[in-house]
Amino acid sequence: MFNNAQEFFNVLPIIIIGTGIVISLLIEMYSKKSDFLLPWFSVFMFLAAGLHSLYYVGDVSIVLQNMLATGGNVNVFHAIFTLGAAVVTLLSIDYIKKYGAYFGEYYIILQTSVLGMMLMAAAKDLFVIFLGLEIMSVSFYILAGMNRKKLNANEASLKYFLLGAFATGFIVYGIALIYGSAHTTSIDFITANFSELIKNLLFIAGVLLFLIGFSFKIAAFPFHMWVPDVYEGSPTTVAALFSTGGKAAAFSAILATLFALFNGPAGNLFTPYLAVISVLSMFYGSIVAIAQDNIKRMLAYSSISHAGYLAIGLAAGNHDAIAGIVFYLAAYTFMNLAAFGIVSLIEGKNETNLSINSYAGLGSRKPLLAALLAIIMFSLAGIPPFAGFFGKYYIFIAAIKSNLTWLALLGVLSSAISVYFYLRIVVLMYFKPSENDFAIETNNNAMIAIIFSVLLVILLGIFPGTLIDLVTRFI
Amino acid sequence: MEQNSLLTYLILIPLIGSFLILFIKNDQPNLIRYAAVGISTIAFLLSLVIYFQFDSANSDFQFINKIEWIKGLNIHYHVGIDGMSLLLVLLTTFLTPLTLISSWSGIESKVKEFTFFFLMLEVGMLGVFISLDLFLFYIFWEAMLIPMYFIIGIWGGKERVYAAIKFFIYTMFGSLLMLVAIVWLAVYAIGPLGYFTTNLIELYSVAPQIPMNIQIWMFLAFAFSFAIKVPLFPLHTWLPDAHVQAPTAGSVILAGVLLKMGTYGLLRFNLPLFPEASIAAAPYISVLAVIGIIYGALVAMVQTDVKKLVAYSSVSHLGFVVLGIFAMTQESIQGAVIQMVNHGLSTGALFLLVGVIYERTHTREIADYGGIAKIVPVFSFAFMFASLSSVGLPGLNGFVGEFLILLGSFQSPILNSWWYTVFASSGVIFAAVYLLWMYQRVVFGPVTNQKLVGLKDMNAREIFVLAPIFIFIVWIGIYPGTFLKVSDRSTAKVVKQMYNPVKVSPVELGLNQYLSK
Repeated sequence: MFNNAQEFFNVLPIIIIGTGIVISLLIEMYSKKSDFLLPWFSVFMFLAAGLHSLYYVGDVSIVLQNMLATGGNVNVFHAIFTLGAAVVTLLSIDYIKKYGAYFGEYYIILQTSVLGMMLMAAAKDLFVIFLGLEIMSVSFYILAGMNRKKLNANEASLKYFLLGAFATGFIVYGIALIYGSAHTTSIDFITANFSELIKNLLFIAGVLLFLIGFSFKIAAFPFHMWVPDVYEGSPTTVAALFSTGGKAAAFSAILATLFALFNGPAGNLFTPYLAVISVLSMFYGSIVAIAQDNIKRMLAYSSISHAGYLAIGLAAGNHDAIAGIVFYLAAYTFMNLAAFGIVSLIEGKNETNLSINSYAGLGSRKPLLAALLAIIMFSLAGIPPFAGFFGKYYIFIAAIKSNLTWLALLGVLSSAISVYFYLRIVVLMYFKPSENDFAIETNNNAMIAIIFSVLLVILLGIFPGTLIDLVTRFI
Repeated sequence: MEQNSLLTYLILIPLIGSFLILFIKNDQPNLIRYAAVGISTIAFLLSLVIYFQFDSANSDFQFINKIEWIKGLNIHYHVGIDGMSLLLVLLTTFLTPLTLISSWSGIESKVKEFTFFFLMLEVGMLGVFISLDLFLFYIFWEAMLIPMYFIIGIWGGKERVYAAIKFFIYTMFGSLLMLVAIVWLAVYAIGPLGYFTTNLIELYSVAPQIPMNIQIWMFLAFAFSFAIKVPLFPLHTWLPDAHVQAPTAGSVILAGVLLKMGTYGLLRFNLPLFPEASIAAAPYISVLAVIGIIYGALVAMVQTDVKKLVAYSSVSHLGFVVLGIFAMTQESIQGAVIQMVNHGLSTGALFLLVGVIYERTHTREIADYGGIAKIVPVFSFAFMFASLSSVGLPGLNGFVGEFLILLGSFQSPILNSWWYTVFASSGVIFAAVYLLWMYQRVVFGPVTNQKLVGLKDMNAREIFVLAPIFIFIVWIGIYPGTFLKVSDRSTAKVVKQMYNPVKVSPVELGLNQYLSK
């Protein structure tokens, strides 16, 4: 199975999570204190896997009969997923009790979804991608409907399931066509023979279907219609995971499989498609977000527009784009986790206080929470010195290097529009008096998670070099 | 290369200070105020040390501090100053403590937050003036919006939210285009230099080689961003809103320093980086500047609100500065630089005085005043003084700058027409009309509003704030040489870079020491 101990060591993060899932099942079955043990076990497991990935980031290798890659960007992605999941777990501890979805399975399904993401990022074979994608997606469908008694959660779950299955259909069909033309599912083989394969129309059709399927998963226009409803209906912490880990995993899979294609001899073949979905996502997301009253829906549209910025990187398709996309995803993950985390604290029982007007006067009621959310909003809007700005800056470098200056220009235009709705939250928090004095209960677990995320956003913004240098070493 | 970290300390003092202030308890507002004034005074003293160590006979950037920041992108923390930036740095550090003292009684609520944002604003402004890396510059340029946004939005007047958002989105929109241009420039440098760079000094020798058809777009992207900040007609509409709604301290810094960031940007980036495009665009931009001078003055004339009147006078005065920059002679650019300082002092003083009287009467309507000369003689004198300085009375500072600008634009080979000067001069006359007319209506005549009876005159603190400003107003008016000398060599260098951009090699410009690698 493994050629040497080193290989075992390289895939250790995936093994940690896999074993952890089994242990968690045992804890849930046999321990009476599982509601305390499970979340903390998950947090430490995620942290262990994440730190291990970051520490051994330099050991690049391909293991398990050319099925998985480790090291380099794969490890960076693993760190993003696991640290993000640790944050989500901390946010969930008190939230899911308030929300009324406390089941032990919650944490275990969270773990399986992370396992799926990690497989997607590490995949060296189309089947592994599919396997990871399905593990992640099925876990997501269940998480969305965790509270069976809530009508809108059921609706979100079903909608997510139907459209997700539809998207998976595209991906499987794409894989079938690619297999049909390349006679293999090995990504390395396909990458090496792109210039030959690209002459085959079947192959191009396969790649296009594959891309369309993933366009659903990254929530790009016009494959976005599930996003607002699912985010709104799902538990807030779960929506946080969808919008960060889910999106990052889908991008990691695209990078793993297709990036060599965008960067290769037929680089311009898919640029029109990617550029079009990027522009449409950016503008649709930014403009429609302005009209939202529900903060979760607003964040959903913001997520669509961020998918657009990331797609600029895909369209650019050069080495800077990979680094830019990885950096952007890291920054975006922690920005969004913190934003959803704060939303989950403000949210009352029975999903009240989700309207953006609930944030009026937060600046004087909860100064720390308001300051954290303000930083996140500035960062999402792409204002320096926060991480969101640097992500955009790097993506624009990639676009301009690939002679896509017009795409960068449209990107900044959409950014300028998006400033309006991000700032609206800041305006409400600081410049408006509060409308009704509902109780806001904060808890230490969630605050630790939120402060950790915000600190990362600030540090990545001021010292982006730490991550950039790490990522560029492996491209 | 020799490193000098004085400039770094200069930004670190308010930066660290602002965070230290967060640890003071809210129930001690006076301690917070003393601490903030103390911190900004230390920064001012340090900037004086820099001034005395500055070698004004040297046209190079001095006090350079260059530290690797983002290795993968060849981005450095790279700061340094020449004469132009030194004057603006001094203006910033000089005005900040004075404004903080002036807001002693004006800002009553959330004192801690106010001083935090104010010191952050100082960090941003200083950073803009000393950055020698376009990326670093952009970070300061944008980050500075956040504190100003809060200062207008939290402590401003009735329409503060509208004004704050308008200010933010206007500026942000302009600067995002500049961001694309910055990235484009850095990518373009890969051609001639072989590596991606945002180092301004390296780009000085690269950017002028950009073919004209692209250069003009780069020029426009930068100029658009700066023109919004200046603000150049017709992009000025955010300014009256922001000025009128901002608290006094905010208006002083907005007029005193923030607007100068726009003109500084034109001078530091547009002219030397895109000389051909600048020459081609000079007549058009100068026309806009002249329209701004006359339009600002005419609109100021019909204002009924004192603060709005002063705000529109800024549009008019900054028009002079832009005209001076785009006349592109040594005299006019020297005039523009000194006029930036002058406007900071005289308009700053006017806003402070409007704030002084507003705190007492809570009205800014000209019609509500009249005949206060006998009630508040000290105030009336100070107001006269500041108004005359703004009008450009010979012997006071405003005259020097306007005279040099008009002289330079008259001789300008680029504009090549004396009509610019003729129309611009009319702005000086209009300035006298609107300011003195306003002064007459506010200060002289019979007392019509009984609330004004018993008005208290300026107190010692308020006099203490204005006295240093007045000293400099007279100093520049009588002996401008002290200040003109500082920027003389660096403006000369800008002119030199303008007219022989490509022919002058980096070595000739004395830039060889910067060409790393």
